Amino acid sequence: MTAYLRQARVALILLALLTVILGGIYPVAVFALGQGIAPAQANGSVVKADGAPAASSLIAQQVPEKDSRFFFPRPSAVKWDPASSGASNLGPSDPALASGVAKTRAAVAAREGVPESAVPEDAVSASASGLDPDISPAYAALQAPRVAKAARLSLADVQQLIREATTTGVESALGQESVNTTTLNLAIGARLGGSSGTGR
Amino acid sequence: MKYSWWSYGTQMAILLVLLGVAHRPLGMYLHWVVEGAVLEGKAGEGTRQNRVERVLFRMAGVSPEREQNWLGYARGVLAFSILSVLVVFLAMRLQALFSTEGLGAVDPWTAMNTAISFVTNTNWQVYTPETTVGIAVQMVLLAVQNFLSAAVGICVAVAFMRGLTRAGTDRLGNFWKDLVRISLRFLLPLAAVSAVLLIVAGVVQNFWATPVHNPYTGAAQVVPGGPVASQEAIKLLGTNGGGYFNANSAHPLENPNSFTNLFEVFLLLVIPSVLPWVFGRMARDARQGYTVLGVMGSLWLLTSTAMAWALAAYPGLGEGMEQRLGPAASGVFATATTLTSTGAVNAAHDSLPPLAGGVALFDMMLGEVAPGGVGSGLYGILVLAIVTVFLAGLMVGRTPEYLGKKVQAKHMTLTALYLLVVPIVVLVLTGIAVMIPGVLSQASAQGPHQFSEMLYAFTSAANNNGSAFGGITSSGPALSTMLGIAMWLGRFVGIVLILALAGAFVTQAVVPKSAGTLPTHGGLFAIMFGTVTVLLTALNYLPALALGPLAEGILK
Repeated sequence: MTAYLRQARVALILLALLTVILGGIYPVAVFALGQGIAPAQANGSVVKADGAPAASSLIAQQVPEKDSRFFFPRPSAVKWDPASSGASNLGPSDPALASGVAKTRAAVAAREGVPESAVPEDAVSASASGLDPDISPAYAALQAPRVAKAARLSLADVQQLIREATTTGVESALGQESVNTTTLNLAIGARLGGSSGTGR
Repeated sequence: MKYSWWSYGTQMAILLVLLGVAHRPLGMYLHWVVEGAVLEGKAGEGTRQNRVERVLFRMAGVSPEREQNWLGYARGVLAFSILSVLVVFLAMRLQALFSTEGLGAVDPWTAMNTAISFVTNTNWQVYTPETTVGIAVQMVLLAVQNFLSAAVGICVAVAFMRGLTRAGTDRLGNFWKDLVRISLRFLLPLAAVSAVLLIVAGVVQNFWATPVHNPYTGAAQVVPGGPVASQEAIKLLGTNGGGYFNANSAHPLENPNSFTNLFEVFLLLVIPSVLPWVFGRMARDARQGYTVLGVMGSLWLLTSTAMAWALAAYPGLGEGMEQRLGPAASGVFATATTLTSTGAVNAAHDSLPPLAGGVALFDMMLGEVAPGGVGSGLYGILVLAIVTVFLAGLMVGRTPEYLGKKVQAKHMTLTALYLLVVPIVVLVLTGIAVMIPGVLSQASAQGPHQFSEMLYAFTSAANNNGSAFGGITSSGPALSTMLGIAMWLGRFVGIVLILALAGAFVTQAVVPKSAGTLPTHGGLFAIMFGTVTVLLTALNYLPALALGPLAEGILK
């Protein structure tokens, strides 16, 4: 018993001292290095619009359902709110998954004015994080005509903005080619304001 | 989503190159950290203490050069781990006193489950991080256990290797010295470098949240912050897996792009795959290490390919996958995380196609040995090497030997017990859980998938993996407690048996090699070794797998 008590004392002191190093000095040092080397990334890759923080380029933003001027991100199990994160966790054989997908597919097809068979898979499936800002090039292409019309931009302009928000090269090869709706929508928003000179 | 074999091949090739480049230098460094004498040329020279270590040992009253026998070593491991559980539990209960975010005390069952989970290197997350634990708990308690539980695993593996490679003593080393050196000289610098690289690639590391407002769409959000990169690095290096955010490595702020994704897979494979090199060096026979590595690597390639096939042949819609990663990158991550006892996820495993979910489950059932958790993977696979030697000995009618140590009845008893602990815990507790209606209904699915969710939970807990079929709600007294028991038994019964086995081997003299000695290196042995590993798993778990993912795959 005394052997255990002696060990417990050693354990307690070492745990406390190691906590100071591993739970205090280490994260704070990494924080300092991060702020010095790559402050933009270390602070959440925040991008500005009109001089004020508008979004994190890594995180999806909800687009009002009636607003046709922007690209919609993928469905989200957490309503695109970064106060939480997560997936639907519906199993592949779950009837709730099948019925949810069918409903979303019909809604997207109606919104874009295309047959249901033209709706890409990422448009009807919820992401793992619920905060995925990326959509497939196919889903972006599907939305482009509607966005161009509502935002009063030429289709060619919108397609150019899509290209600018699309991953390239090795990044696409190691994952999938993706279009970032958050940065894309900010670029479109800037064009909206630019033409009238007022912004919103 | 469409499966890209080309992307899969590219990722695996890059991983093989990175792991190959890191293998020898990192192995030499780790060997020096635990044994000294390699970099500096003289025995004992490399284990001189630096100033920080001297202060630590003096304040704690440890004589680092006084080595312990297996019982002393085990006492140290248990004392340290039990105390860690108590500290984490109490601090989470008292969160209301120090939370800067205004978070209250953590529910006692959640706190108990979480404390066990992080100390056992499982990192099962019954809690939702965003709403339950603040920066202080994550940084000062959970991330610290990410280091320490990983260090304990490496300590036990090192003690076991000493047991196999020393002779004529009963000493296995000093646990406190091993713990401090592995934490501060090995894990800490690796984690610091990795964390900075992660930040440069886009992972967040600050102490505040940033409100944002999109003037065009009207979207208003608060971009979360926190010491994420520093925790992400050790979460993967230490094969821990507890995410800073609920979505874990699927969260864009933990894993922002396909580069970080591949780097994270590398981080979670690197230490377990380097330990066999250390083993070869300690055994003074590099071939022993490479044979173990060969078995680990083959199983990794086989199960990765099985996962790729399952995702390519039965593609889903991409439910529970991130667009920037897609099925190939999700499959590579899912295989590595379930083979290594990490349990971090970059996709919702619950929504994987049935056979892909089944592969993830099978990977864990292999006993986390290919390459397994840090430390636990190596001692786990060495136990299987001993079983292989024993079976070969039975076939040719000779006393089996491993590294010149005779494998006798007492060794086989401990080995058999070690191999039975986890399957018994998994199958008995899953059986009990599915018989209690109130507990079974905590798995949200219906039919075979509901059984899969429960089986996955206990397999994950007892193997100290920590990934989940997320449809299960594991909070509440009954299931939290059962999973806590599974994690504790799976970790520490195994560790005590491993140290006892090390104690039984270390006192033995080394038998000189003879013409009849079965070589424990090379292709023939490796094939037997790999076959034994897969067969033991299949025999233990096939009936359970048939009721879950296999049934689901057939019904579909």
